[in-house]
Amino acid sequence: MNLEKVIFGFFIVLAATLNFGFVIGDIERPELHNVYEMAAALIVSLIATVLKFGDRTQIGAIHLATSLVADLQLLAAAMVWGYAEHVANTGLTPSTMSSIVSLSGGALFANVISVVILIAETIMQRR
Amino acid sequence: MNGTPTSTIFLVLRRLRTPLIVLIVIFSVSVLGLTLMPGPPDPNGGSMPRLSFFHATYFISYTATTIGFGEIPYAFSEQQRLWVTFCIYLSVIGWAYTLGTVFAMLQDKNFLNAVAAQRFARQVRHLREPFYLICGYGEAGHLICQALDELGYRAVVIERDEAKVGDLELQSYSADMPALCADAGQPDTLILAGLTSRYCRGVIALTNDDSTNLAVAIAARLLAPSLHALCRAEHAETAANMASFGTRHIINPFEKFGEYMALALHSPAAYNLLLWLTGLPGTTVTRHREPPEGKWVLCGYGTFGRVMTEALENAGLPVTIIDRAAPLAATHSWIKGDGTGGEALRAAGIADAVGIVAATASDVNNLSTVVTARELNPKLFTVLRQNHVANRALFDAFESDFAMVPAEIVAHECIAILTTPLLAPFLAFVRQADDAWAETLLNDLTGRFGWDVPTVWSVSLNISQAPSVYRLLMRNAAELKLGELLRTPVTDRPPLACVPLLLLREGDPPRLLPGLEEPIRLGDQLLLVGSETAHKDLGLTLFNSHTLKFVLTGQDFPSGLVWEWLAARRQVRDA
Repeated sequence: MNLEKVIFGFFIVLAATLNFGFVIGDIERPELHNVYEMAAALIVSLIATVLKFGDRTQIGAIHLATSLVADLQLLAAAMVWGYAEHVANTGLTPSTMSSIVSLSGGALFANVISVVILIAETIMQRR
Repeated sequence: MNGTPTSTIFLVLRRLRTPLIVLIVIFSVSVLGLTLMPGPPDPNGGSMPRLSFFHATYFISYTATTIGFGEIPYAFSEQQRLWVTFCIYLSVIGWAYTLGTVFAMLQDKNFLNAVAAQRFARQVRHLREPFYLICGYGEAGHLICQALDELGYRAVVIERDEAKVGDLELQSYSADMPALCADAGQPDTLILAGLTSRYCRGVIALTNDDSTNLAVAIAARLLAPSLHALCRAEHAETAANMASFGTRHIINPFEKFGEYMALALHSPAAYNLLLWLTGLPGTTVTRHREPPEGKWVLCGYGTFGRVMTEALENAGLPVTIIDRAAPLAATHSWIKGDGTGGEALRAAGIADAVGIVAATASDVNNLSTVVTARELNPKLFTVLRQNHVANRALFDAFESDFAMVPAEIVAHECIAILTTPLLAPFLAFVRQADDAWAETLLNDLTGRFGWDVPTVWSVSLNISQAPSVYRLLMRNAAELKLGELLRTPVTDRPPLACVPLLLLREGDPPRLLPGLEEPIRLGDQLLLVGSETAHKDLGLTLFNSHTLKFVLTGQDFPSGLVWEWLAARRQVRDA
């Protein structure tokens, strides 16, 4: 067992699960989507990205790309949230909430791809 | 770093993995903690809401980067201040660690090498003009780079010694010379340096190490078979090995000097002519004293000593060898000892000798030998082996008759091969010609052009090198004489300041010193010697049809459709 692989797999799966936990629930109801869960998903996603740095293989490149997509989507969601609460002062209207959750949903898709690649890589290695 | 340069961006990313994760963790812990701390009491009773993620991120961002705008959006509660104090120290540690890693990486040898190799590869890739690849920037490499620069060629240098690469950067060459500190024996390095580039005109392997030169030779043979490869070889085995797979130009400085010496003994004028023709551009050649016939003494029977002994004995001159070890063949007369002391020299019969060769690998010993020998016999002809160009001042002060500087010999030879391929067959004739012929030619040429090293160039009369002559000869079958072509394109058309040395025509034997009445044909190859101005003028004649017409007829013809038509009309009317 390789500790590095454990940490790597842990962060990738955690990023996907947190993201899933945040997204699940009625899309326009703010009380079903916790801000701390969103923050956790973003942070774990960032760490997962950094862990993927410096791998020059083809699979490593796809890994990094999916993570960057997830980061981008989650950052956009966080920015929409911050904008609605503090700049526009409209609060979390159903339309804002649904755009936040749909952006996070996009990130979830990227994270799922990440997990699929992880599984495919593991199966490919056969050891 | 092994051959292929690591992509720098990946190296940076890999090194920064840990610091970046530490930074993200510190940042997120700080922000999260700040959103959880209870706010200060509200004047209306109750307490202010806790900081949102937005405000917490904003606050931690400017606090962690030491900008410090104060407590925004409201004065903090005691709990929040406690947490912020903790965060400040935490973030300082995070930043210090990250910056420390970045700076350590920027000074890291591997990282710098990777960056340098990438920059070098980019420079070579972007070269859009012919260049020569030089492996080994030693003394010979330095001289060749200088000469190539003066001749207007580009060069790419691979050198193993970092100090020498630094030295190259300090030289003020007119063109930028990309240089890489790497082992030239690695094929990857050679490819990186443009061996397979279509702009590469030749490879010159000049390292001190015969095996590296051999590796360059074989790489050039296999990866770029059509390239000129010039390789230095100091041992006969290496030279034989290189020759076995078809390396075209193998340069052994000792052999070469042995040949020069033999030529100087056989025909001094031919030797001087050869020196004058192959000198480094921008230098002046002085006429050498002729080596006398009689008894010779040789100190140091190494690689060079062996070659010199052979050259002298082939000329029928007796040689006495002074060395600590006995020579392999017992036929040589040998004195055991050290040439630096008077004793061994006296024992070798220096008093009635005519010349001495100091051939050891130590410059100081060689100088000491000849100084002592000259004290014992002031009329001695001295041949000195100078191993390092840096000792030039000492050797100049001594004023030896022949100085054998391996670096200079290699450089002369390389320049001659690279710039004028026709020179080698001409020099082969010179070596075999008799002394009187060479003497006449030498006096003739130096009388006309002086002792400064002249411009020697070759011209092929084909569509790419002489388009105007090609068109003229293709269009009208008129005969063109060499003398008609070699005129200056100015009023009165005086003859160009150059002399044709050799004319090569397919199917015919080579013509030495072709006369000006010689008719020229397409496909002829000419070797010319003369002034730089003549070189440029001839180039103009060969490329520009109008200049050619003027040179041939002395008249300026109108150019352009309308003017040509008008001129033709006028001609008809006049006739």
